[in-house]
Amino acid sequence: MSIWEYANPKKFMQTSAWALPWVTGLACVALVGGLVWGFFFTPDDYKQGSTVKIIYIHVPSAMMAINAWVMMLVASLIWIIRRHHVSALAAKAAAPIGMTMTLIALFTGAIWGQPMWGTWWEWEPRLTAFLILFLFYLGYIALWEAVDDPDTAADLTSVLCLVGSVFALLSRYAVNFWNQGLHQGASLSVDSQENVADVFWYPLLVCMAGFVLLFVTLVLIRTRTEIRARRLKALEARERMA
Amino acid sequence: MIALLLRDLRLAIRAGGGFGLGLAFFLIVTVLVPFGVGPEGQTLAKIAPGILWVGALLACLLSLDRIFALDFEDGSLDLLATAPIPLEAVVTMKAAAHWLTTGLPLVVAAPVFGVLLNLQGEGFYWLTVSLALGTPALSVIGTFGAALTVGLKRGGLLLSLLVLPLYVPTLIFGAEAVRRGTEGMETGVPLLLLGGITAAAVALLPFASAAAIRVNLR
Repeated sequence: MSIWEYANPKKFMQTSAWALPWVTGLACVALVGGLVWGFFFTPDDYKQGSTVKIIYIHVPSAMMAINAWVMMLVASLIWIIRRHHVSALAAKAAAPIGMTMTLIALFTGAIWGQPMWGTWWEWEPRLTAFLILFLFYLGYIALWEAVDDPDTAADLTSVLCLVGSVFALLSRYAVNFWNQGLHQGASLSVDSQENVADVFWYPLLVCMAGFVLLFVTLVLIRTRTEIRARRLKALEARERMA
Repeated sequence: MIALLLRDLRLAIRAGGGFGLGLAFFLIVTVLVPFGVGPEGQTLAKIAPGILWVGALLACLLSLDRIFALDFEDGSLDLLATAPIPLEAVVTMKAAAHWLTTGLPLVVAAPVFGVLLNLQGEGFYWLTVSLALGTPALSVIGTFGAALTVGLKRGGLLLSLLVLPLYVPTLIFGAEAVRRGTEGMETGVPLLLLGGITAAAVALLPFASAAAIRVNLR
């Protein structure tokens, strides 16, 4: 029994069919719980008032925007090294979700930035890095769509993902160099020196767990869809041959 | 390898269109900017380093899809892939040819266009240095993008979308070096980082490009 057995589409479909309701349920519980707790049962910040509550969407989505890319990178590596189709399809499935998370982070950031900084958009390292990340997602998805043959598409997008990761990191530090900005430093770190206050911290933690679970749910659903679409295509091809 | 380089250069020059097109585009961008932002010398001087770098970058982008497209269409890319030299070397030579026909003219012409944008004092020197350091990276990164999209119909637009985010670090460090140079500040750090990007890109990206071409020719 090795983890590679799950690269078998059939096995993957079975396992994910079993796991999906559980993950979905957990995601719903964590999201609803975290958001309700955050929105209705935490005090307003003494400086920012009620706008601070957007943190419960902004921070988790920003976190997932990056983590989705990391997951795509790992999946791409697995595809390149071991050529497991499920892995490539999972990477394909994750991209639009990651892009959406990036968009959510950008928009909630704009909504938050307007009252706090007096501006919707500022050319500032973190914001700019996210905009570039959004462009990376766009290019990745566009390349998937543009190539007809699925294996070729998987190969090309994997190479793009590897190279893109290096450049995404590079851009992250390049924009830091280019402009020091408004965005506060990390508000969450393991050493709790600079963490946000506990009242905000616990519901935020629940929200982050909720977003992770939501991401897993969506990736599972989309991967299953991709596998089914692939099977459908194979069936149609067989039909034409007959 | 040298023969390949010469062949590409000859093709670029004699086939018309490719060679000098980037330069003309660069000129157009430079001429259009004052119309857009107004003719005040001070404003122009302030934005000149950035505009010149962005213009050079866009001019580079313009000619990228020609790197492999013609060879792919007439089948010579298959021959090159099966040639006795490694595909990585082919890709490197292609990038070099692109740089010689697009990047190098830009480096030479940029100071002249700098006059149009009222670039100040030291800026000319640093513009040339930073472009000379940075444009090879643009060519190599662009070759990677071209390799990814070589088999695609209407790959040109997709190519720009893929390559633009990859160009960001080069652009930042290049323009920053010129800006600092113009203001008489220390330029060592951005120039070193720019050179680092170029060196790393030249060393590593040909492998990625060759892999992409192999996939596309499969």
